[in-house]
This record gives sequence, structure tokens and C-alpha cells, in this order.
Amino acid sequence: MTVHFKQDKPDDSNRLDGMKQGVLGKPLPRVEGMAKVTGTAPYSAEYPITDCAEGVLVTSTITRGKVLSIDKDAVLSMPGVLAVIDDPAMTTRAAQGTADEAPQQEPGTVCYWGQPIALVVAETFEQARDAAKHLGVEYREDPDAPLDPQAVDGEEQEDETVRQGDLEHAMATAAHSVDVAYTTKGHASAAMEPHASIAQWDGDKLTVYASLQMLNYNISELADALGMEEENIRLVSRFVGGGFGSKLGVSEDVVAAAIAAKEVGRPVRVVLSRQQVFQCVMRRSETKQRLRLAADESGKLIGFGHHALVSNLPGETFAEPVLQSSHFLYGGENRDLMLEVARIHRMTAGSVRAPGEAVGMPALEGAMDVLAEKAGIDPVELRLKNIPEEDPEEGLPFSSHKLAECLKQGAEAFGWDSGPRSPRHTCEGEWWVGTGMASAARVHNIAEATARVTLKADGSAVVETDMTDIGTGTYTILAQLAGEMLGLDPAQVLVELGDTKHPRGPGSGGSWGAASIGSAVYIACKAIREELGQRLGVDEAELELKDGKAASGENLVSLLDGNDLSREGHYEPGDIKDDFTASGFGAFFAQVRVNRFTGETRVDRMLGAFGFGRVLNHKTARSQCLGGITWSIGVALTEALEFDPRDGHLVNCDLAEYHVPVHRDVPDLEVVLVEERDPAASPIQAKGIGELGMCGGAAAIANAIYNACGARIFDYPMTPDRVLAAMPD
Amino acid sequence: MRPFSYTRARTLDDAAQLTHDDTAVAIAGGTNLLDLMKLQVETPETLADINRIGFGGIEDTDDGGLSIGALASNTETAVHPRVRSDYPVLARAILAGATQQLRNKATTGGNLCQRTRCFYFTNIDQPCNKREPGSGCGAIDGIAKLHAVLGTSDQCIATYPGDMAVALSALDAQVEIATPNGDTRRVPVRDFHCLPGDTPWRENVLEKGELITAVTLPAPVGGTQIYRKVRERSSYAFALVSVAAIIEIEDGKFTRADLAFGGLAHKPWHDPRITDALVGTVPSDEIFDKAADILLEDARGFGENDFKIPLARRTLHAVLQNATEAAA
Repeated sequence: MTVHFKQDKPDDSNRLDGMKQGVLGKPLPRVEGMAKVTGTAPYSAEYPITDCAEGVLVTSTITRGKVLSIDKDAVLSMPGVLAVIDDPAMTTRAAQGTADEAPQQEPGTVCYWGQPIALVVAETFEQARDAAKHLGVEYREDPDAPLDPQAVDGEEQEDETVRQGDLEHAMATAAHSVDVAYTTKGHASAAMEPHASIAQWDGDKLTVYASLQMLNYNISELADALGMEEENIRLVSRFVGGGFGSKLGVSEDVVAAAIAAKEVGRPVRVVLSRQQVFQCVMRRSETKQRLRLAADESGKLIGFGHHALVSNLPGETFAEPVLQSSHFLYGGENRDLMLEVARIHRMTAGSVRAPGEAVGMPALEGAMDVLAEKAGIDPVELRLKNIPEEDPEEGLPFSSHKLAECLKQGAEAFGWDSGPRSPRHTCEGEWWVGTGMASAARVHNIAEATARVTLKADGSAVVETDMTDIGTGTYTILAQLAGEMLGLDPAQVLVELGDTKHPRGPGSGGSWGAASIGSAVYIACKAIREELGQRLGVDEAELELKDGKAASGENLVSLLDGNDLSREGHYEPGDIKDDFTASGFGAFFAQVRVNRFTGETRVDRMLGAFGFGRVLNHKTARSQCLGGITWSIGVALTEALEFDPRDGHLVNCDLAEYHVPVHRDVPDLEVVLVEERDPAASPIQAKGIGELGMCGGAAAIANAIYNACGARIFDYPMTPDRVLAAMPD
Repeated sequence: MRPFSYTRARTLDDAAQLTHDDTAVAIAGGTNLLDLMKLQVETPETLADINRIGFGGIEDTDDGGLSIGALASNTETAVHPRVRSDYPVLARAILAGATQQLRNKATTGGNLCQRTRCFYFTNIDQPCNKREPGSGCGAIDGIAKLHAVLGTSDQCIATYPGDMAVALSALDAQVEIATPNGDTRRVPVRDFHCLPGDTPWRENVLEKGELITAVTLPAPVGGTQIYRKVRERSSYAFALVSVAAIIEIEDGKFTRADLAFGGLAHKPWHDPRITDALVGTVPSDEIFDKAADILLEDARGFGENDFKIPLARRTLHAVLQNATEAAA
């Protein structure tokens, strides 16, 4: 039995707070943690499938053109080689997140350097890799593919354009104005587990073990790519070694493995090499941004402008949503926002770790620091002064808004000095020491979701959904949520995820997983409670369940009388989306040191204070924030995709040369959770967490670099060469 | 990866025999070689495993120096009590490189022979004169942030990426090499690596069939020993610029100034003129600048790596200042 709930209005009842088990929010360790650290949790390439052949993708060595011919015969005679596949149904780009389709892309048409064009299948991985490198391919190259986003005309994304009042006039007449340009480099998701799939056919039934974030969409995408019915496909993705956006859509390995397994008549495994993960999955677009801020004498914004130029391949729909939080974070009645996309031939740009705010907020919050300095106002005070009463563009109320609390609590916990600020106030040995801060904001997303909850006759429970746990803690929070609702120790709740044989979840992405699937589990549990209430003659709202018993002393096991009790909860976001602007908010504070000789920057300490609705597990929530702050350090200081200017190929395509922060770059981080209930965010009053921790943090570091050494830098990442170039003598 | 055969050498003679022909390569830790084989940058038909031919120890020499076996791991060397007390610049340089796991596997000989991290060298679908003579240099006019500013040629602007050898160059260590005919020859580390010139594929003076057996350090010289590595993140990144320095100051004047530089050239860079300019002078900003002038006299950037020239100057300045302060 399915119970459908569409949320059309805020829910202030906070039912979860009235439950008696007392496990929700507790800092429980991850239920799958032991399996992961002991290596017994199988990742997609590790399923023990017998008679599995190995496939390796062949990728293009031109930027744009046609594959004229592939010399298959020479390779087919190599030891162990079973097949060379260039089926037109193979995909050349990963599907975008929530695409729900995978239209034919023609591997014979090359649109970026490193694009998959064929798959070689052999008995062993080594044979397949060698044969793939030997495959002779003849191309017809289309020269002069545009590669430089600034050398082509951008396409305006009209949905993003906002023009209110007269920004030019506001800038001209403002007491304080800032007009600055920022750049950010491209980023890679840099998940540890490479994309990998094992495909296995049984008649016309296909099973694929794959590393994917959103099975609910991926199954339709794969069905579309293969021209199959969804009911003949099963996707399994129980453990995912990091997604960060790169596994939202069905990737090239999944489709290729399915086609190859059919052709060779046995299971086929396709694992992307580290270089291929970098070269042919997803990149975050580089950006060029212009920020214009106009403020009155008191520092209150009267004008706000944010233009951004991003890039993608021709025909791709995704445009890095740089302005996402700029639309509502600060007031200013004169507004001018615009997003443009340059069409260039680098690999697909798509969702990478907090698309939009991860790069938009560092620019906006850097510009706010410039304004604070010009206006002679404490940066925290400047933010507090500019928090709007309602969405400044839509006029909508905020569902909840914890920016002010986060700024105040964060400043207090960090020990922020609100006195006058000037650079180069402290030098310790060779190091300039300084502090900086920034706001955090990330739109709240939520999605349709279904989950089945079964209260077993023995008094335990099972939660089933095809939702994934990409390392975030989904297994654990769902056990806590069901335990709280049904009066069970979470250890009594088995959570089964990552398998399309279960009801459709929302997928993991856009930080929407916990609130969306949590709501579906909540709805299912509520329906079970209603049934139990009926049996006990108690209204569901009055029903108290704890440790497998009702308050009346009745034991759940005897109440079930040997039968399981199962309900599906189906959550659908309702019209409430149109009535509120919903976002997570927060504040970052950083202390850095900059070497006065070498321009090296090291983060001494960093603190983030965040408000994102109900906290479902303090440990996994905090871990999400720690991860986000760590990525903030990467955006600020180290991460940059570098493309060859002549053919657009990505040059630094491994984890030695693409610099994510290492342990030594990450000091002790402090997280302050500003707990709240957001009645309009979801039926469980929770919002997204994962991405918020990297939405603005880079600016806290950039602003601290300025405060430390006087180098005002407008280009991320702030590597030593850039710091030295901007550092006054 | 191309199919290859694997053979274990039992003795030095064995190893010499096995690596005599052009298609065979010796493997010790394999931390660099295996990566390059996966990328098909290296395509040996035979791997001769030399891990069991001896040459692993670290021993005192008759003249009070230290002999570090070719097969001693980087970790063993960095934690050796005599290295730590008498040659701290070496311990510091090793610990500034790679990661603990890699240092546990990497060996002295292998580290000396590690190959460049140039993006165009490691991508076989791009031109590289080092990997494929005559194909051109992808890095010139390409992405060259990591690349050399000293001793480049129009054929190659790659850097030698290591740290250990930079310290060995400052220490004026000798490389002990077994030749195929059973002799031993010694080459100063300072002369071991080559500049690219017209033969960028030739990275060091090892001839086919020759094997490094040890690196010998001279008797300890004391002084303030510094290894300063500037990099984009604080660990697991190659040097933008590094400086190994052994400095002594007596009566307010430099009495020793042995310096070597990493990240600037196809080899650890050593310029005896810098020592000559410093020794006998009183430390001052002016004399530090003069040393940098000598170092960078012929430096040439390729756009993206232009910053290395002022960075090298500043880093040298910092090191000399640190040493001066330590002596005070």
C-alpha cells in the first residue's frame, strides 16, 4: 500500500520532536563504516561475477571531427581480444544530472579531445588496455574548434537574467561602490572510486553493477540509450566511492559495458582509468565574473550586479548556475544579473560539488570584503546589514533564514575581532597572519521520492529504496529516522539501498537526498503508525512507541501477530516550492598565514557555522560540513583544471597533478551547527547539507590572504605565483 | 600496458646480464616505472627485478662518510640516525617528497632515475622529444607552469622532479655505478643528470647495462642544513622551486655555502659561482641578491613559468636569511 503526500503548505507540527525513541539527531557512527574500512563493502567493479570479460574505452586524439575508420582486424588478432565495439548507441558524454534520457550521441562524431569512440573487450584488463592503445583510428579533423571561452560570443541564459531598477545609476551615485572581475578555473569532482560498471545479461534482462548517484534517473537513461524497457533493467549501486556530481547521470562505461556484454555473450566489466575519469566524465566550467555592488553611506546595498561567463560543449543544456544564491542572498533594489555560456570544445561541463555557489559565492563574498573595506565597516556587520526581509527579486518569504545567527554564533566561536581592519597587522617569522570571513548560501533542493518500510513480524524493520549512499550517511540516517518513528533501536532497522528492484528514491545529488528520501521514509512510517494506532485504538498522533513497545505496554511483536506490516511512502514536493525561497545559510571564518618570501598560503584554522533545518545525525552532518570546508580550501588555494590552449586537452588528469587538498593542507576545522526547524523545506523540516560547506568558504580564505599580506587577488585558486604577483613589496 | 616478462635477478651480474639489451629495464620500488608502464610511456619487454641482489644497506665509509645502498628505501634513509644527525638536509629533502607509502617503496637508485612529470611526456598522444625523438615539444607554447627556466633547449623544457637528488647535489655526493664488465665507476651527483640539449631522452649518464649500486656521502661538514621546498599544496606536490643549502657562518662571514636547486632545470641545479660569491662575505640582502643574480643570470621563462624566476630569487633569499639567523 502506497501513501502519497504532496507538501503544499508549511508543517509546523514538528512531529519528529514528539517521538519517544530519542535516536534521531544522535551522532551514531555510520552503519556501513566497518564494512568500508575493512574492504568488505563491494564497490561496483568488485562484484564477484564469474567469466567476466574486461573492456577498456578507446578515446579520441583529436578535438573535433569524424572517425573515418577503425582498424579492428589488427587488434582482434592480438592475444585475448574478444571484440572491438563502436556501436552507435555508445555514449560519448555522461548524461547530465536528472536528464532522465540519453539520446544517441554517435561515437564516430568527435567533439572533444579524449572522447570515447570505441571499446576493446579482452580476456584480461591488461590485454584490453594494450589493445585499446594499439587501435588504429583514422580521423577527418575539423580544424579550428573554438577552445577559449573568452574568444567566442556567449549565449545569454535568459531564465537567469534579472534587471530591476537602474544599477548603472546606483553605481554612479552610491556612497561606496565596487566593480571587480573574478575568474575561477575548472574543477574535477575527483572522487576516489573511478567510474566502473559490470554488465550481465540473462536473456533480455540486463543487470548492471555501476557507480552511480541517481538510479531512479539512471535506469531511464540506460533504457533510452539501449532502446529497452526499464522493467528489463536492474541497476545496483550499493556503495559509491564518492560522486561529487560526476556520477549523477549514466556514464559512458555503463552503456558500453551493457552493449559489450550482449555482443560477447558474457559479463563485461568496464573501469575508467584515472585519466579517463578526468578527461571524459564531467568538469566544472571555469568562470569569469563581474561583481558590482553599490551601497549607501551606512553600507546598505542599493545596487547589486553579478554577470558570469561559463562554458560548455555545443548542444549541452547545463550552464554552471553561478548566480544561484546571488539572486536572494543580499538586498539592493537596483539589480542586474546575467549568465552567459560560451560554446567550446572541452569535455562536458556538468555538476561538480555544489554547482553554482561553489564558484559564484567566492566571487560575491570576495567583492563584499572589498566593499566592507571601502565603507570602513566590519565584514560581519556588513553582511548583517544586508540580509533582506524577503527574496529581493521574487518578493517571496524565506522558509527559514539562519544567516544572522550563523554570522553571530560563528564570529563568537571563532573569536572574530570586529575592530578596525588593515592588512599586514601580524607577522610571525616569515609569515603574515590574517583573518577573513564570508557568508555561505546554497539553495535548498528537494525531489520526489518513494521508500518502502516494513515492520517485520519479529519486531525489526526494513527500509527499501533505490536511493544511494555516496558516502554521506544515508544508510545511517534512514535507520535513525525509521527507528525514531517506529520506536526501535536503529540497529533493529535494516536499510537496503542502491538497487532498482526497490521503490524509486530521489537519488543523491544537489544535497537533496536526506530531506527527500527522509520524507518518504517518514510518510511510510507514519502510515505504519496509523495502522498500529488503529489496532491499539489510539490516535496516531497520540501513539508513543519506544524500544518495541507502545506506551500502553503492548509489545509490537504481539501486535503484529506473526505478520509483516509494510507501507510505501511517496513524497512529492508540492506548491510550497512556489510560496517560499528556501536555502541553507551559514558563515565561514578563516585564519591563514602567507609566506612573505614564497607566497605560499596555509590555513591555520577555519570555522563554519551552518543552519540547514533539522539535523538528522550530528556526526554525519558535521562530517559533511568538514568535507565541504575542505573543498573550500581546494577552491581557494589549489584546484585547477589546466587545458592545452591548442587542442583543448586536459593536461593535469591525475590526483598527483590535480591538486585537491591533502591532510596537511587541512587544519583542525570547527563546525557549529545552528539547529532549526524549517517547516516549508520538507515534512521532516530538514534541508540539504552536503554542498553548503563549500559555498563561500574560499572567499573567507581569500579575504584572509588580503588581511594577512595585502594581496587582493581576483583569481582562484590563489597559488603562490598569483599571491606573489599581487603582494605589495 | 604492454605484455612483459618478469625475471628476478639474484646477483649484480645477473642484473647486468638481464638489463643489457634495449628492451629490458631494471625494477626496484617501481613507484615511477609502473605508472609510466600503465600509461605506455615505458614499454619494456622485460622487467629485471633487482630487489634481491643486495646493495640495500646504509654503512659508514672509511673516510667518515656514509654509503647509502641503491636499494635502501627512501624511508630507511630518511630515518637513519646518521643521516638525521650528520646530513639533515638529506633527511629533510626525502621527507619533503611523495608520501609515506611511496617513500617506503622508493629506493635510492630509482629516485635518482625518476623521470620528469611533464604533462606532455606522460601523455603518449601528445608530442614529446624526450619520449619520441623528433615529435616536437608539447610544453613549449603549452601548459608549462612546472617547467624549467634554466638549462633548457628548444627540444625540451622538462624538469627533474625529485627532492633527494637536490640535497645530494648540495652535499656533493658520489653515485657508485657498476659497469657491465664488472668495474665500478663514480660520478658526482652534480654530473649524474644531463641537460636536455639535442638529446632530451638522455636524462643521466648511465649506460646500458650499468646499475647504480650506492650513493656515497663525504664526511660530515656540519653547518646549518636547510631544505626549502615551495609547492602548491603542503604535501604530495612537486617543487615549484626548492633549495638545498649547507651554510656555515664564522666570525660573521660565510665560510661554507653549498647550494643546489630543484624545480628549475632538467637536473638538480648547482652553480659553483654562487658558493664563490658568498664565501668570505658578510650576509646581507645585497649579497643574497648577488647570489640570486648569478643563479638566474641565464634564466628564461616560457610564459606560464615566468614566476619561477622571481620565486627562485625570493626562496634563495629566505634560505640564506634563515641560515644567517640560525648562525646568530
